[in-house]
Amino acid sequence: MKSGAAMVVEALKAENIEIIFGYPGGVVIPLFDILFAEPDIHVVLTRHEQAAVHAADGYARSTGKTGVCLVTSGPGATNTVTGLANANFDSVPIVCLTGQVPRSMIGNDAFQEADIVGITRPVTKHNYIVTDRSALPRTLKEAFHIASTGRPGPVVVDLPKDILTEKLDDQYPESIQMRSYNPVIKGHQGQIRRAAELLNEAKKPLFYIGGGIHIADASEVFRKLSKKTGIPSVSSLMGIGGLPADNPLNLGMLGMHGTYVANMAVSNCDVLFGIGTRFDDRATGDLATFAPHAKIVHIDIDPSAIARNVTVEVPIVGDARQVIEELIGPCRAASIAPWLEEIDGWRNAHPLNPDAGGNKLSPGMVIQAVSEVFPDAIIATEVGQNQMWAALFYNYRHQRSLITSGGLGTMGFGFPAAIGAKLGNPGKTVIDIAGDGSIQMNIQELATAAQEGLAIIIVILNNGYLGMVRQWQELFFNKRYSSTCLRKRAECPPACNNPGDTCLAYIPDFVKLAEAYDAVGIRVTKKEEVIPALKKAAESKNRPVILDFIIEEEANVWPMVPAGAAISNMLLGDET
Amino acid sequence: MTHTISLLVENHQGVLARISGLFSGRAYNLESLTVGVTADSSISRITLVCSGDDNVIEQIKKQLNKLVDVIKLTDLTGLPAVHRELALIKVSASPSQRGEIVQVVDVFRGKIVDVGSDSMVIEATGSTEKIDDMLTILSAYTVLEIARSGLISIERGKKIKKVLKGV
Ligand SMILES: Cc1ncc(C[n+]2csc(CCOP(=O)(O)OP(=O)(O)O)c2C)c(N)n1
Ligand SMILES: [Mg+2]
Repeated sequence: MKSGAAMVVEALKAENIEIIFGYPGGVVIPLFDILFAEPDIHVVLTRHEQAAVHAADGYARSTGKTGVCLVTSGPGATNTVTGLANANFDSVPIVCLTGQVPRSMIGNDAFQEADIVGITRPVTKHNYIVTDRSALPRTLKEAFHIASTGRPGPVVVDLPKDILTEKLDDQYPESIQMRSYNPVIKGHQGQIRRAAELLNEAKKPLFYIGGGIHIADASEVFRKLSKKTGIPSVSSLMGIGGLPADNPLNLGMLGMHGTYVANMAVSNCDVLFGIGTRFDDRATGDLATFAPHAKIVHIDIDPSAIARNVTVEVPIVGDARQVIEELIGPCRAASIAPWLEEIDGWRNAHPLNPDAGGNKLSPGMVIQAVSEVFPDAIIATEVGQNQMWAALFYNYRHQRSLITSGGLGTMGFGFPAAIGAKLGNPGKTVIDIAGDGSIQMNIQELATAAQEGLAIIIVILNNGYLGMVRQWQELFFNKRYSSTCLRKRAECPPACNNPGDTCLAYIPDFVKLAEAYDAVGIRVTKKEEVIPALKKAAESKNRPVILDFIIEEEANVWPMVPAGAAISNMLLGDET
Repeated sequence: MTHTISLLVENHQGVLARISGLFSGRAYNLESLTVGVTADSSISRITLVCSGDDNVIEQIKKQLNKLVDVIKLTDLTGLPAVHRELALIKVSASPSQRGEIVQVVDVFRGKIVDVGSDSMVIEATGSTEKIDDMLTILSAYTVLEIARSGLISIERGKKIKKVLKGV
């Protein structure tokens, strides 16, 4: 006879789960109790349930394995919502176990009761409440199956306390058949042939890769296809790293903060070949003028992602790796010299400029230095300008090397995600590129990182602002920096848009904060200190490091496509 | 355009909430939704009537298909199918009006299922249009209350997947 809690642990082991991210509370004590004596499963106690989900997410994105979290009922469960929505948007496999009040009390507004299945329904791939102990093994099996197959996503399993204690003599199933859930993996042969023909005939073909490249582990086969055809590529934020950044065929990121060459190539190509991407509005800009001359081919495992935003000539539902493998044969080396020449023209006309001007550090140059000192790192990011600079200026070379919140754009994601990534990849350097605003959203996780002995490097690009919002205010709201100055104090004039060196000190002092958490803290203000500080950070073996780079306050991210405009319509930052 | 979609779904807790939540969350137009268990008690049939342009309808179908509990989706629009709705209509009817109302009801092959001193309840089944038409005629009287079931539909003929026989 085994308790429900014991069955949960049996399931975790059967699914080869070595690590879970959790936070205990009343109703899940029976489960934590078994994990106390469990040598095969490492339980990481985060300091907030949101961070537990982000950490599971970072673990999953960086390893391809399913991330698992375990939280208590009520507030523990509701704290997971942002993490789940974030993972759902970016298709990350997570199984989130939530405690629930005993069955007899459900619906009675019991202490720490929340209808978490109701609350998370729209932000998960699927969710369950287990109302019958005998259904527990199958439900857990389904949860792991659903989370990790097809288009992956988070699955919540809500576990009433009495389910965890009820005993039954049962076993975790080895396999599962679901009549209602059978994702299509293999692409349609005729469509694959048509796609290859379109590519072979195109004069101005262009690949457009998305996060699906990483999820499907398709980076290697895509690199083969790219090499064989010689066709250039652009990438969404999520597709970065699918092709090495320094590969001449890689034109970089498209979209709102995409490179000039990427956006011009999309706007002029005659075949646009999308792989594992949603054609999201931050990437496409104005849909009416997106890729106006192109026939579009679209491979995606999720049929609902295809032809949602753009008209697709050749839709292919299937797994990106399998479909690309089948494409390599029929695709020929493209003779597209004039097209590549046109592209080089754009590339040379407006290359990215890492120099923000001014006397303080340039964020682009800081990131380039990170790239130089840590060429094979896993980079997690927060959200805002820091995220865009990290996307544009780090030289990504590997699949799954950029861990960033794409769809939801969740500030506070990067650091806990970095914790998950580091635990999943202990041999790799893991760096969180952070904004001074975002990092404060889950700063409490310094305790987790310190106690787990994780030498994660947090690169704060400290501009004293919620910089991305400030940039919009500068460009579109007359420089009215409403609620974006992070140095604003009670004594400040109500409408200041010009803080300077005479302002009171920034709060918090990130160096002292690091010390409070037994982490290493280094402030960097001068160019010549950048590389030494990074090298110093590299020396830390088991303590997190905060590098507080004081950057040019009003540095902007360029290029920028104003919201709703055509992506060929870029502000380049050199306008006066 | 209006589409009638028939779904076979796992008879799981919350499946109705998933479907209605999909429509509200994605701002799709849902005109009616009915649900009932099939001969296989683990499977329910949902008939829903929704509207939107071709792209929206395509997305609605894809999103419904994506729900883990949806076993099979059939868009009955344009297929040979039987569609029925049930309506219960209470009209104010003085003894002198009863005869006329009964005539109207007969024309629409409805039934009088209750007669009170100054009102009667009419039961009508048929296509949504037929019930709409009947209500238009009955609006000449005072309609006190209406209860409509929403559309239920079933495809004609006997082509059905083996696993799902009898549902
Ligand atoms: C949780 C959350 N709240 C608000 C926002 C809106 N937002 C997007 S970027 C940004 C500013 C981020 O500031 P910071 O972390 O300092 O980064 P910077 O842009 O300055 O690099 C804000 C407030 C968000 N993305 N996420
Ligand atoms: Mg900032």
